[in-house]
Amino acid sequence: MEVTREDVLRCAELARLQLTEAEIPALQRDMSRILDHAQSLLELDLEGVEPTLHGLDLPLPRREDEARATFTQAEALAQAPEAAQGHFVVPKVL
Amino acid sequence: MAWATPNSMREGLAAGDLSAEGLVQAGLARIQRLDGRLEAVLSTDAPRSLEQARIADARLAGGERGPVLGLPVVLKDNLHWKGTPCTSGSRILAGYRAPYDATVVARLLQAGAVPLAKANMDEFAMGSSGEFSAFGPARNPWDTARVPGGSSSGSAVSVAAGYAPFALGSDTGGSVRLPASFCNLTALRPTYGVLSRYGVTAMASSLDQVGPIARTAEDVAALLGVMAGADPLDATSVDLPRQEALWPLRAATLKGLRVGLPREYFGEGLEAGVREAIEGALQRFKDAGAELVEVDLPHTRYAIDAYYLVCTSEVSSNLSRFDGLRYGLSERVEGQTLAELMALTRNAGFGAEAKRRILLGTFCLSKGHYDAFYLKALKVRTLIRQDFLKAFEQVDVLATPVSPTVAFPLGAKLDDPLAMHLADVYAVGAPLAGLPALAFPAGFSAGLPVGMQLMGPALSDVRLLELVQAFQERTDYHLRTPEL
Repeated sequence: MEVTREDVLRCAELARLQLTEAEIPALQRDMSRILDHAQSLLELDLEGVEPTLHGLDLPLPRREDEARATFTQAEALAQAPEAAQGHFVVPKVL
Repeated sequence: MAWATPNSMREGLAAGDLSAEGLVQAGLARIQRLDGRLEAVLSTDAPRSLEQARIADARLAGGERGPVLGLPVVLKDNLHWKGTPCTSGSRILAGYRAPYDATVVARLLQAGAVPLAKANMDEFAMGSSGEFSAFGPARNPWDTARVPGGSSSGSAVSVAAGYAPFALGSDTGGSVRLPASFCNLTALRPTYGVLSRYGVTAMASSLDQVGPIARTAEDVAALLGVMAGADPLDATSVDLPRQEALWPLRAATLKGLRVGLPREYFGEGLEAGVREAIEGALQRFKDAGAELVEVDLPHTRYAIDAYYLVCTSEVSSNLSRFDGLRYGLSERVEGQTLAELMALTRNAGFGAEAKRRILLGTFCLSKGHYDAFYLKALKVRTLIRQDFLKAFEQVDVLATPVSPTVAFPLGAKLDDPLAMHLADVYAVGAPLAGLPALAFPAGFSAGLPVGMQLMGPALSDVRLLELVQAFQERTDYHLRTPEL
């Protein structure tokens, strides 16, 4: 499976990774090799096979919807790279 | 003291010959002496550890006894212990401190265990050797030119080098079993759901499990017993049947036990010395009355590919939380946009393997590739699971090598991600199928430890420990320690 330079850049944009030019060829090569190896799955007839999404098939437990104490605003902001007036500061988006 | 067993430590604590505080001091001194060479530990917090030790000593003085009360435990650095660093082996979390306790840590503290250190690991638990840690690789105490196995590298080394009798790791595709195998330890990947993941930094959520590491099945059982059980904070957690039988653990009879040997796990690629050791260990089971039965797990050859497609897809989603806005690394430059801040931070903060997996996962989940890769892998996962279910109609447990090789030299697979992935070939089956797998010492090949694993049906965790306890009553591999 040939992963192109454009594939790598498109995925990097979607994944919010600002790759350096030097990183791109190795990533392209490694992704191609790993996906090549995964072509083995194409041999299998998967018609009618249901996907397995979870490690263990058990009904999801339910609990009462009760309010309880969690982080305070100060705790939530304690490790913020930049905070002001009770908010996380981010670059202007508008 | 370094090689003292938990049993002798408990006796010493009960008799007043030892104190929890003294055990912490001895552990920290040993780290101080050896860790410059082994690099198993990312951080210690002596005041906090000593505070927990004094609490344990007070409980002991009041007559309380327990399986882990007063005993040191090393925690993998993806497990949150409130107030201490929790890097997950990544630069993107350098400086981050756990704002709360993981449920497994809270339960350990409640039982009186004393956290001694946070352990080195492959970044975000992605790796089979420990070499993908952003802070440098931990080394194998049996041969410091070799890897200890990953991703719970530092946790295993900490026990193998006698820093502490107990450690916690996590196992997504073999990450407690592989280092246990390379370092001559016993480690359990529990049935999916048996240990809460609340407060465990997520890698691949349909596969991640916390795993206890120690020298013996009895000691792994002691740890599991105080941590297992459904947690309201983790909707995927479940209760463990027969949890009360974990302490004290009693050996099960091996007589009449039907042990399945999957042909696919003994084929091409299995190193001769590993095969020989495993066959020797299997003979011990046979001598004790077990019946060895060859079985087939026909979809084994697809397991690695299915595993890496599922894993990387989940990685790309889970690691999207690291955005440079709320905690951790933040690469801020005047005039940058929000997207630029995130992209710059993430590229600076993640290492090579993390980027590779994020990009692969993004690729597999993107339009046009979802059906071809991710969905296909999930369907193959079903076939692999059915293989196991069918095998357990014929046999009680499955026995296999943990890894096709002994510990490999540092650097040997670092530039070949595919070769690194293939080290997990025997390890990924159990996680894909959600099954418990217990790795334990099974012999040596040219002086290096060889690990075997028993896999059982879902929620048979206690039984696996009882069976390996029986094996360890008949063997002494687990008693051997490296020269340091």
